[in-house]
Amino acid sequence: MSEAPKNGPWTPDRPMVGIKDVHKSFGDLEVLKGISFDVMKGEVICIIGPSGSGKSTLIRCINALNDIQKGSIKVEGIEVNDPDLDKLELRKKVGMVFQQYNLFPHKTALENVMMAPIHVLKQDKADVEQRAYRLIKKVRLEGKETSYPGELSGGQQQRVAIARSLAMNPDVMLFDEVTAALDPETVKEVLVTIQELAEDGMTCILVTHEMGFARELANHIYFTDRGVIVEHGPPASFFAEAKDPRTQEFLSQIL
Amino acid sequence: MLDLLTPFFRRLYDETGWNFVIFYEQYEWDRFVAAIWVSLELIVASLFFSLVVGIVGAWLQGSPIRAVRLFMSGYIQFFRNTPPYVQLLFFFFVLGNFTPKVDMGGYYEPMITSFGWAVISLSFFAGAFNVEIFRAGIEAVPESTREAAESLGYSRLMAYVYVILPLAFRVCLPSLNNNLVNLLKTTTQAYAIAVPEMLYTLNQVWSDNVNVPEMMIVLFVYYVGLVAVLVWGMHRWERKMKIPGYG
Ligand SMILES: Nc1ncnc2c1ncn2[C@@H]1O[C@H](COP(=O)(O)OP(=O)(O)O)[C@@H](O)[C@H]1O
Ligand SMILES: [Mg+2]
Repeated sequence: MSEAPKNGPWTPDRPMVGIKDVHKSFGDLEVLKGISFDVMKGEVICIIGPSGSGKSTLIRCINALNDIQKGSIKVEGIEVNDPDLDKLELRKKVGMVFQQYNLFPHKTALENVMMAPIHVLKQDKADVEQRAYRLIKKVRLEGKETSYPGELSGGQQQRVAIARSLAMNPDVMLFDEVTAALDPETVKEVLVTIQELAEDGMTCILVTHEMGFARELANHIYFTDRGVIVEHGPPASFFAEAKDPRTQEFLSQIL
Repeated sequence: MLDLLTPFFRRLYDETGWNFVIFYEQYEWDRFVAAIWVSLELIVASLFFSLVVGIVGAWLQGSPIRAVRLFMSGYIQFFRNTPPYVQLLFFFFVLGNFTPKVDMGGYYEPMITSFGWAVISLSFFAGAFNVEIFRAGIEAVPESTREAAESLGYSRLMAYVYVILPLAFRVCLPSLNNNLVNLLKTTTQAYAIAVPEMLYTLNQVWSDNVNVPEMMIVLFVYYVGLVAVLVWGMHRWERKMKIPGYG
């Protein structure tokens, strides 16, 4: 791909998220040791790997919840590793869903979805409310609008969290093991929601252990171990031809 | 009102010698009613500003700037570790000396009255405790909740106002309750700088009428009643803030 000018406007032929040689340390502990990959618009990327390999750290770096020491992360042309980064601009583009949902417990499901567009984007309350009802419906929680997070199951809370992110109209969604804390029965309902999002063309970066889901939906799978990408490829070849012993061991444990 | 009380209290005085003069003599009654207003104003203003100090102070204490955090801990140490009575005298007699006087057309009045100094002093005193109380509440809010707000584009201040503080409030209401009750009672110290609140006024009454025990009873009953109202209000607030399915 031809090098685009550093600060030129982002165009769809360039990666939506471009990660180049990212290094990240916590004190003396180097957690990411040179990670590079690109995500094009509409792609679904799955990151897998053993616990502690730096998956969460990587995904948190993409929306600047963690800073990086070296390398570059660009989201639609915005350099995340820029000291003058406008975090609000970045966060308007990137939605994030956490393993523990992290809903605002003092607000109802509907209010959780409405808050950020009203407070952060200063959008009209009536418009936001309409959109919030639609989003709640989209994640199949009609009738739960006035429930508080504490009154919802894990799977329901996670879907509210997805709707809350979508209310900001992001261009990229980050999912960090969003089904890991759920009961097996409710995993499916959350995966269906994500699948529908992906089918609508949302660019998604997921950290997940749901191999069936990754096989079916991902355009590309990255296997990370101890801060590096060990192996990657489209699902078909990735699962059939994994060569590295670390990948094979991981897959044999999880499949 | 006084008309209703007069017959009973005058008879009480005539027959037993118990002199609740404020309930049967117009002049004393007027003083008493004025004291009610002054003490209520003093209490409401001090409660309000101590909460403001607490909320703003807890925010400043979480500042990324070290100098701000140091200043806040200096403030807290000073007000927590010195007697509120001495603080009040300091504010009034020392700082009061340095504040400009305003021309009232011929005569000069200090810009800040003794009532004003009492509110300032009491608010900073109780505010120092409120800062620590809110701080504890804020620390009880999980970091992940703050991160969720941050990743939705909330700035530090907006996350504080809309997410952290409302959650912290719920955690710290019981200790806040205690501190505010303390503050309410401490307002009687404004007596020392001649704020005509209840203690000051009744002290004048018993000097004029030599009825110390009777006026003491009035004082106790008055403050028991006020504290009961405050506690009742705080509990109502606590119940109202309770989140279904949480905590
Ligand atoms: N805030 C932090 N401070 C220090 N070490 C951290 C922090 N966050 C993560 N780590 C360390 O970084 C490594 C990678 O963590 P993480 O990215 O959460 O891995 P994964 O999500 O793949 O399980 C782990 O060793 C973890 O202990
Ligand atoms: Mg993780």
